[in-house]
Amino acid sequence: MNALVVVPVVVPLLAAALCMLVGRSRIAQRAVSITALTASSAASVAVLVAVDRDGTLVVDAGGWGAPLGIVLVADRLAAIMLAIATVTLLLVLLYAIGQPGAERNHVGFQSSYMVLSAGVALSFLTGDLFTMFVGFEMMLTASYVLMTLGGTRDQVRSGMTYVVISLVASVLFVTALALIYTAAGTVNLADLSERIPLLDEGVQRAIALLLLVVFGLKAAVFPLFFWLPDSYPTAPSPVTAIFAGLLTKVGVYALLRTQLLLFPPETRPDTILLWIAGLTMVIGVLGAVAQKDMKRILSFHIVSQIGYMVMGLALFTVAGVAAAIYFIVHQVVVKTALFLTGGLVEHVGGSSRLNRVGGLLGSAPVVAVLFLIPALSLAGFPPMSGFVGKFALLDAGVGDASYWVVAAAVVAAFLTLFSMTKIWAGVFWSPKEREPVGDAQPVGRLGGPALMVLPTAALVVITILLGVFAGPVYDVVTRAATGLLDPAIYRAEVLGS
Amino acid sequence: MSVLLAAASAALFSMGTYLVLQRKLSRIIIGLGLLTHGANLLFITAGRRGLPALVGAGDVDELSDPLPQALMLTAIVISFGVTAFLLALAYRSWLLTDDDEVEHDLSDLDILLGRGGREDDADLLERLDDHDTDLLERLDDHRRDHELHLPPVDEPPLEPEDGAR
Repeated sequence: MNALVVVPVVVPLLAAALCMLVGRSRIAQRAVSITALTASSAASVAVLVAVDRDGTLVVDAGGWGAPLGIVLVADRLAAIMLAIATVTLLLVLLYAIGQPGAERNHVGFQSSYMVLSAGVALSFLTGDLFTMFVGFEMMLTASYVLMTLGGTRDQVRSGMTYVVISLVASVLFVTALALIYTAAGTVNLADLSERIPLLDEGVQRAIALLLLVVFGLKAAVFPLFFWLPDSYPTAPSPVTAIFAGLLTKVGVYALLRTQLLLFPPETRPDTILLWIAGLTMVIGVLGAVAQKDMKRILSFHIVSQIGYMVMGLALFTVAGVAAAIYFIVHQVVVKTALFLTGGLVEHVGGSSRLNRVGGLLGSAPVVAVLFLIPALSLAGFPPMSGFVGKFALLDAGVGDASYWVVAAAVVAAFLTLFSMTKIWAGVFWSPKEREPVGDAQPVGRLGGPALMVLPTAALVVITILLGVFAGPVYDVVTRAATGLLDPAIYRAEVLGS
Repeated sequence: MSVLLAAASAALFSMGTYLVLQRKLSRIIIGLGLLTHGANLLFITAGRRGLPALVGAGDVDELSDPLPQALMLTAIVISFGVTAFLLALAYRSWLLTDDDEVEHDLSDLDILLGRGGREDDADLLERLDDHDTDLLERLDDHRRDHELHLPPVDEPPLEPEDGAR
């Protein structure tokens, strides 16, 4: 069973190398990468089932034991994130293959995508902070390449912002690591959770805040989100979809992991986190309301929805953290689905600007349905996953008597619905006001190439299933949250004492 | 010794911060390099000083702490790779605009121009993409009005070369 834990990291890396070697043959590249991601999603799902049944799996890489060597730890949270991430990666890969554009025109696409997959998996699985840094860098470096594939002027401009801001965050990460190592003498998470509470309270707070800034930049929380809505929409749509669905969530995962595991209740920055959560939700959604391009509206929604996840964390209760984990899973699926639909709209409409496409409800009804369901889920309509996630968060907020953040969440939810109706009216209902600049492709029976439509439809089905089977899913995330709130459990599992 | 290293790290951080805040990508790259060195140096000072950590080099108590050194070796390699990528990006920017200045966000410009109420901003964006000469003249006026430092947009962007594919 332990061997399965390393599959999502090692197999995509090997596949990345293989894709380079067979670069001349597109078919071979596709075969390699699809096989690799199928293997890693199968392994991840198997790991999730095993971990939920039998408890955390720990792998000592290179045979060195826990505090000194590199450990991979698949606890419930890591396993849940890993499973949903690898499945999403696989579906988006299929979409990218189906779409004329990025994947076909660039030999490096598959390799970069594989490295990205491995980096995401490593960030989830790692048991020490430095390996988390390495995982982040793998993921980010691959994302730089994917974002600027094509090298158009717009991509270069937004790529610069994205790369520089990510690098500054990385430098801060190394600085935080240096200070942590100086203070505590280790970078292993389990070891740190024992040693950090012994430090001076001021030092603890400083470390907590530094890590908050580092991961807040990656997760795009207020006021560190400014880079995201500008840079994401310029990339090809499958790339934007995977960035929107996964990259910021890796930042939120790291926030959850570090804030819950490392710091005792007295030095957690809970009030700051609660403020950040409320402001992120409201300001993100206000940004979305002001936009006139489908992809840009959706990009601001990424920011807004991050606020909900941070809210769940900031409550520091089992109910709050469980709701946050459920919400992350829901967001990975829904955000990816919405951006993939955005790509379909561009494909059949020739543009994603609201006044240049229109009437798609008549000309491409399948695309309209594929947009409507995740959009309603995002806004929080039953029976989709968004309703369950938001309801659980509000319930946890009321349970903690944090009424104003609950109020902010409700306001943000209404504004989310408003901006979704804006897209619906602009793209699907009303006739277009101007001719699009790009070429509209023939619609076809499905509303696009089958390989683009079917992965999107699969994600839409997942969001419905997450809502319908909310009970069993919620049991799993509650068990994960219970484990997270007691660092002693994690410590015992990793250090084996 | 630690004081000296700490001072060096602080100096690198301050110079790096200054350079990162510049508009030219080439300066930002140098700034980021300095920042990374500063952070790496800070990490090195975290470990215990002593003899090289090799088997047989001395008593275990006299050896230096090898872990920060090993970790920083990894971090240095990572920053090397990313710097190479950034340099390529700067070169690409130079090919496209004859400059490596970080360009203004078109939407910011959009809002700035929209505030004057002269142009439907959606239209503006598209026409800027199409390098409409009429628009460019008015953009020049606006540039003078608002003191925007926009790079020239009179040439269409180059198509990706074969090597870039």
